[in-house]
Parts: sequence; structure tokens; C-alpha cells
Amino acid sequence: MLVKIAWKNILHKPLNTALCVSLLLFGVAIISLLLLIQYQVEQKFDRDLQDIDLVVGAKGSPLQLVLSAIYHLDAPTGNIKLAEARKIMESPMVDNTIPLAYGDSYLGHQILGTSPDYLEKYNAQFLEGEMFSKSMEAVLGADVAKKSGLKIGSEFLGTHGEVSQGHVHEESPYTVVGILDETNSVLDRLILTNIESVWQVHADHDGHGEDDEHHDHEEGHDHEHHDHDHEHHENDNERHDHDEGGHEHHHHGEGEDHVVTEFERDSMEITAFLVNFKTRMAMLNMPRIINQETNMQAVIPSLEINRLFYMIGVGASTIRLVAVGIMLMAGFSVFFVLYGRLENRKYELGLLRSVGYRPVHLFRLLVLEGLILAAIGFSLGWIFSRVGLFFINTRVENDFNLHFEALWVPGEFWLLLLTFLVGIVSALLPAWQAMRMDVSAALSKN
Amino acid sequence: MLYTKELAYAYPGSLPIRFPEIRVGAGQSLLISGESGCGKTTLLHMLAGLRRPSAGQVIIDDVHMTGLTSKEIDQFRGRHIGIVYQQPYFIQSISVLDNILLSPYATQHNEVENLATRLHVGKVLSRYPYQLSVGQQQRVTIARAMVNKPKVILADEPTSALDNKNCSAVLDLLLGEAQVNQAALIIVSHDDRLKSELKDSIQLNSIQN
Repeated sequence: MLVKIAWKNILHKPLNTALCVSLLLFGVAIISLLLLIQYQVEQKFDRDLQDIDLVVGAKGSPLQLVLSAIYHLDAPTGNIKLAEARKIMESPMVDNTIPLAYGDSYLGHQILGTSPDYLEKYNAQFLEGEMFSKSMEAVLGADVAKKSGLKIGSEFLGTHGEVSQGHVHEESPYTVVGILDETNSVLDRLILTNIESVWQVHADHDGHGEDDEHHDHEEGHDHEHHDHDHEHHENDNERHDHDEGGHEHHHHGEGEDHVVTEFERDSMEITAFLVNFKTRMAMLNMPRIINQETNMQAVIPSLEINRLFYMIGVGASTIRLVAVGIMLMAGFSVFFVLYGRLENRKYELGLLRSVGYRPVHLFRLLVLEGLILAAIGFSLGWIFSRVGLFFINTRVENDFNLHFEALWVPGEFWLLLLTFLVGIVSALLPAWQAMRMDVSAALSKN
Repeated sequence: MLYTKELAYAYPGSLPIRFPEIRVGAGQSLLISGESGCGKTTLLHMLAGLRRPSAGQVIIDDVHMTGLTSKEIDQFRGRHIGIVYQQPYFIQSISVLDNILLSPYATQHNEVENLATRLHVGKVLSRYPYQLSVGQQQRVTIARAMVNKPKVILADEPTSALDNKNCSAVLDLLLGEAQVNQAALIIVSHDDRLKSELKDSIQLNSIQN
């Protein structure tokens, strides 16, 4: 009966209820949304980071390098000479490296030249088809395959740069040879091919001489080195660091159908490469050496990402403070509503006492009302946060290729507790007053 | 069934009000009349266990109310006492039926329709209190007072807000229900119309010693 009365009382005063609930709702919705996004951004960034120790690329903003080379959320900082990169790649301290060459895109999906190691790093499984083995063969990430509708055997043309209206490389179509299963990583949004393809496309393209983009102008004669590197990864990435003599052979085996041999001018370029070291010591020393002694930039991505989270965190905690303020206001409004109604309800409370309810029952009744308000506020706030997430998704999916799931985030359990706490605490004083009321005085008022 | 001994109550800062001895048997009724301010309601609340007397005893069904803890008093009141107030108090947000069955000690869940029909409110059980007429409201509060089959029925000015017709109807219902439950009925009122209807009455003096 008490639960029924508490519930009916809340419905009976819709305006009071709306006030309390809406304040609770906004507080919960904002905090919940923040938790959802923060949690998933961190998860996503963590997943994409894998165990990459170091990113090496052209000089520029370290954050930009990390965002472009690992997360593909930003434009690359520029290109580096493969010859220079190889000095690092072949260092005995290096366990393995993965080269990255950016160039084109297809319908907004980035085409990334790399080695099969890159796919392995993210534990990619093939849904269909197989790994690229020749130039101009492409493997599609799960999202790309879904959105583009390309199938095994389909051909498509890369567009220069990331803009959809860019120059189309009509001379060099890619052929889809594989489609990846979902990895929940950055891989899902990429079209992967080997480095030579990127070189080849831009070699063809270079003939037109109309390339005005700042990045990806791959050309050069030094392709032997690279080619070797690539094949090597594919066949035997564990024994990466020795077997120098094997290079040339491999190169001649598979590199022949490449057009790259035409380029004799500069050294080849890649955009960046990812490094794993053998020892932690190397991880500490190498970045400094690279940054001081070469034209390249080395960045420890985990540090950079921590810095980014810290910067975002300052903004997020401000918003969280506002939300906690709203929750506090909600608590006060629950308090004022319950307390203010106490005077009007003294007959009802007296009546309850006179039919046999004990003071502790009245206490429970008011706390129950606070709890019900909190529960409604939390539920609606939770729903609102999901609706908000939907709208945020529609924007970030296009802008950043991020998609947030409407999951239950661990932090929300604490939010639930906090909300209930607000409901209970703000009901305590009114409940105490109700418990201590003088029934006889309340009922003898004429 | 109910009697009092040397009952007195002192409000803070004023002289104690002493009350005459009251004795009502099962199925009997008593009118306690007197001017406003002479302590009628105070007396009724002491009988109901809503207010502790400063001195003296209230004994209901051989139970010394004054010796009980406040928890026991609440339980005793819930089980054995039915109270009808001058103003029909309700929980406004719940239906008439729920208001009648409000008490945790309500025993007549199955018979509530009979009870309501006897009191001519059988057709309004699903309505809300504010939708009832004054007469209906008063009869619903009587039904609520009867729902625990009380041994003592206490009525505080049950008729003063009613017209003559409703007045005698409500009085008849109270007397009738007291008979049905074999309960002691005590009515506190300054309503002179009741004096002619009830045999036993006690007059409280407005100025006590």
C-alpha cells in the first residue's frame, strides 16, 4: 500500500514531478553521455594503438602524426625518404616495422599501402578472398566493403587525396582480392594494398604534372629496397632482422610487374612507419636519436594519446562538473518539493498514522517517493543519453569515422547509485519531519 | 469496553484540563458535548492513543493504553479503533476503495463491497475522493473506520458539516455499524441535533478547574 501511495502521489502532482525529474534527467543524461563517449573513445584508441611502440614520420605536429598514422583521423604530416627510414628499420634494436604509404581514397575510404604485417597486427580475419600479393590488389576493411558494395574481383579507381572530388587515377584501377571480417579497429575503415600500388598509381599520375596536393607524391628509383622489405614481411616476419642477402632475390621474383622501375630520380618515399622494439631501453633511446639525428620525427603514441586524453579530459571534467551541479540542483528540488508538500500533506500523514501506520512507515513513504523520482529521472536520462548519442553518431560518423555503441558503460552503475543517493538524501529531512510530526495537532486543526 | 480514570491533559504553559470518567460498553454509545475549546478533541485523541494523557488512564478491552509503548499504541489503534474525523481526510491521489482499505490492519477486504453498500457508497469506489459530495465523503470515512472491525469507534464532530437529512443518516449509520461490530461508539460534538438522538451524553464544561 505504501508503494502504491508513493507512486500515486508522484503522479498526482505532475508539475512537481516534472520539475524534479527533468533536473535529474538532464544531469543523468549529460553524465551518461560523457561516460559513454569517453569510455568508447578510450577503448577505441586503445584497440587501435595495439602495442605500437613508436611512430616515425615526417616532422610536424607529433599528435598529428599519431592521429594520421595510427588512427587515420588526420592528414599525414608529410613523407619521409625510404632510404632514411630503412636505417631505423634495420637497426638491431628494432623488432619489427610496418611501413605505411598514404595516397588515395575511394569514396572517402582511405587507401593505405602497407605490408601484410599491418593486418596481422589487428588480428584481421578474411571473410572472403585473400591477402594482396601483387600490386593493384586491394583488401577491403569490413565497413568499406559494406558501404561501398564492392565484391571480390570488383575494380575501382582511387581518388587523389581524401576529398571525393579529387583527381581520379583512371589509369590504375585496383582489384579487390580480399574482404576482412570486422575487427572493431581502424582496419574496418581502410582499403589496404601494398606499398608498390601507391607508388605505381602516383607514378602514373605524376606524368600529368597537375598534382597540387601537399602529400603523397611518391616516386623514386629506390624501390628495390622497399620491395624486398615488403616481401620479406609477407613470407617470414619473425626472422625479419637477419638474412640481408635475401633481398635482391625476392625483389626480382615479384617486383617485375611494377612500373616503379621507371623512377630513377629520387629515393622512394613512404608516409610513416610503425615500430616495435626489442627492449624497453630502445624505446626510450630511439625516439631521441631519431628526432635529433634524422629528418624524421619519432613519437611514442601512447604518450601522445595520454596527452590528448588529458586535454579532452579538462573539457570533459568541466562538463561533468556542470552535470554534477545539475544533479545537485535536482536533489534540492526533490528536497523542496517533498518538504514544501509536507505542510499540505500533514492531514494525509496524520490519517495514515491514525489508521495504524507507524512513524517509520511515513519515513519510508517519503524516502520511497524520493527514490521513485530518482528512478524515473535516471531511466529517462539514460534514454535521453542514448538519443543524444544517436544524433552525435550521425555527425561523427561522417566527420571522424567514429561510431558509438549504446552500451551499458561500467561508470553508469555508479551514476545509478549517485542518482539514488540524491533521491534518498534529499528525502531524508522531509522524511524525518514526517516521522516526528504531532499527529494529534495535525488532525485537530479546524 | 472502554473506560477512563482521572484523565487529565496539560498543554504546555496552561493548567491541566481534567476530564470526567467515561464508561461505554460494547454496542453502547455515548455523546460527549461541549463548547469549542473545552478539550473535546483532546479527549478524543487521548482515547485514540494519538496523544498521551498527562495523568490518568484509558482502558480499552482490559488493555491499559497508558502502559503501552508508542509502537504498541499504533498497532492497537490500527487493530481495534476506528476514527471518524470532523473533516473527511483522504489520501487524495488514490481511489475511494484504496482509501477505505488504507489501514494495514484492514480485515474486511472481502466484505468491503457490502460495507460500502450499507453506507451507500458502493457505486463510487473507483472514483477519487475529490469527486464525491460532502455526504459521500463522510460516509466513506465511516467505511474506512469500520474496515478493521473496531472495538471502539471514535467520531469527532461527524455531523457538524452536514444538513439535517445527512446528519441523521450519518448518525444512523454510525449507530448501525457500532451494533454490527458490537463496538463502543463515542461521538464528540457540539451539534445539538445529536442530543435528542442519543440516550447517553456527557457535557464537558468549557472552564475546567
